[in-house]
Amino acid sequence: MSTAEVTAAPPAGVAGQPARSPAAVPAWLRLLRSELRLVFRRLRNLALLAALAALPILLGIALRLAAPGGGNGGDAGSAFISQLAGNGVFLAFIAITLMIALVLPLAIAVVSGDSMAGEANLGTLRYLLTVPAGRTRLLAAKYVAIVVFGLSACCVTVASALATGAVLFPVGPVTLLSGNTVPLGQGLLRVLFVTLYVAGAMAALGAIGLAISTFTEHPIGAIATVLVLAVVSEIADNIPQFAVVHPYLPSHWWLYFDSLLRTPIATADMLHGLLSFGVYAVVFCAIAWARFTSADVTS
Amino acid sequence: MSAADTGTEAGPAAEAGTGTGAAAGPPGPSGPPGPAITTCGLTKRFRGGQLAVDDLALAVPRGSVYGFLGPNGSGKTTTIRMLLGLIYPTRGSVRLLGDPVPGSAARVLPRVGSLVEGPAFYPYLSGRANLARIDAADRTADPRTAATRIDASLDRVGLLGAAKKRYRAYSLGMKQRLAIATSLLQPRELIILDEPTNGLDPQGTREVRGLIREIATDGVTVLVSSHLLAEVEQICTHVGVMRTGRLVFQGTLDELRSMGSRRIVIRTAQTGEAAQTLTGLGLADVRSADGEVSAQLSDQAPEHICRELVLAGVGVAGLDTPRPNLEDLFVGLTGEGFDVDG
Repeated sequence: MSTAEVTAAPPAGVAGQPARSPAAVPAWLRLLRSELRLVFRRLRNLALLAALAALPILLGIALRLAAPGGGNGGDAGSAFISQLAGNGVFLAFIAITLMIALVLPLAIAVVSGDSMAGEANLGTLRYLLTVPAGRTRLLAAKYVAIVVFGLSACCVTVASALATGAVLFPVGPVTLLSGNTVPLGQGLLRVLFVTLYVAGAMAALGAIGLAISTFTEHPIGAIATVLVLAVVSEIADNIPQFAVVHPYLPSHWWLYFDSLLRTPIATADMLHGLLSFGVYAVVFCAIAWARFTSADVTS
Repeated sequence: MSAADTGTEAGPAAEAGTGTGAAAGPPGPSGPPGPAITTCGLTKRFRGGQLAVDDLALAVPRGSVYGFLGPNGSGKTTTIRMLLGLIYPTRGSVRLLGDPVPGSAARVLPRVGSLVEGPAFYPYLSGRANLARIDAADRTADPRTAATRIDASLDRVGLLGAAKKRYRAYSLGMKQRLAIATSLLQPRELIILDEPTNGLDPQGTREVRGLIREIATDGVTVLVSSHLLAEVEQICTHVGVMRTGRLVFQGTLDELRSMGSRRIVIRTAQTGEAAQTLTGLGLADVRSADGEVSAQLSDQAPEHICRELVLAGVGVAGLDTPRPNLEDLFVGLTGEGFDVDG
């Protein structure tokens, strides 16, 4: 049936049906806009974004009060912290590094886990499908909305961190982790790339959430499952005995954006990461599609 | 009606335009004048092994108001879900307006309005925003006329005054009407309403009935399901009766009525003599009550029975041959209990 949906000609003019005049807004854009409106006007999701904006502010204040500079230089996070005193831009990297562990995945889990299960739970899914929205088309709109929300979540985090960093710390040319200094503009460009990389990671997680969401009518269950998966993956990634599976864990490549802060940029790791995100996104979107287009909607 | 007209007109006026070709049968813009709904051997066995719908052969004529009846759990909703492509049949096929479902669902469903198993909307959105959401999902809908079409359908179900109110704050009757409004967003050829009066008070039930009648006078085919015959009896031209997944009756209301035998009711003070006379005439199932005697009316004419009664010296205060009680027939078809028996 899904092929029929994808390829079926628009009903205009079919079987003597009077053709409707061409739409001012393309129909797919209209559904997507409706999806985005649903996601971004939902109070719960706005509260999530507000929390994502608030955390870097708290973080900035805490680090300012703690007089940064005593980092042990062990991992990327503390390397950033030792740099923060000299440059507020580093608050963006610190915020992302800390928040990608739990808070960002939580935001993505909420929106992606709710995507299909929420509609099924409300019963609105049957109304959308009898419109007919088209199962493949609805799924695509849902996924794009998840990706856009993930990108927004990353942008809100980084923007808030940059603003806080600029207020609380000096801002100027950025000294990279490799020791050399680049102008502020280039530093900010690297911040943008980090944001996009993390958004890619979240898009992959969102695909997992979308797939899980097609298997249940309980949004809370789907949300919890996505979050548990993310956390379990992060824990497994820290257990040396599991080293052989580490590169295949969904969360393994999340923090590999730090090579963007070195010169020359070590692209190999990041490309691995992007490949991993891409594979996860494709596989889980395919699972979601296979499940959703063949499932009986009894909600 | 030209194509451009349909695109820009909204609400009731546009609805009326689709009415052509329905009952009268001239092959108008509604396509071939075949039945609005046909199913062939439609069967659904759920994964648990439960046989919800068993070898169903529905035939809903165009322009009819088809009462789809059966106790709760008899398979009505499962059937309706299969009609609309929400559930895939285990066996058998569905044709809506001549097109197979789910194969041509994308093509045929825009011409079908539906309410499935009660209203379901986003509680945090207003009535109007909810309709806008539904309309946005319809790739055949013209966004330029969305606002007028939405308000027209809200107006038609009497919700325009509450358009800005959140769905959460709607009463059950208003929720039910909002669900009906979704089926009125576009001109339709077929409207499928699953239990549209479920949970409504008598006033609300009457309103919904009036609305269905109004939709039907436009020539739109309506399939309305209910577990109560009395709720749809007044508006239906045809009925189908389900019991444990099978269709136990399908036909016009008159055909259903003719299945029952008529009774004769005599009001008299002399119930004993009257009962004797009726029995003597060979009438079956003679029942005496306080000042009233009734019996099954076979092929004997009522006037003949009356004369016999008078000749026997029974004072006849009144005589009636009421139409058979459809509810009794219905219960006879579906079984006494309204519980699921399968």
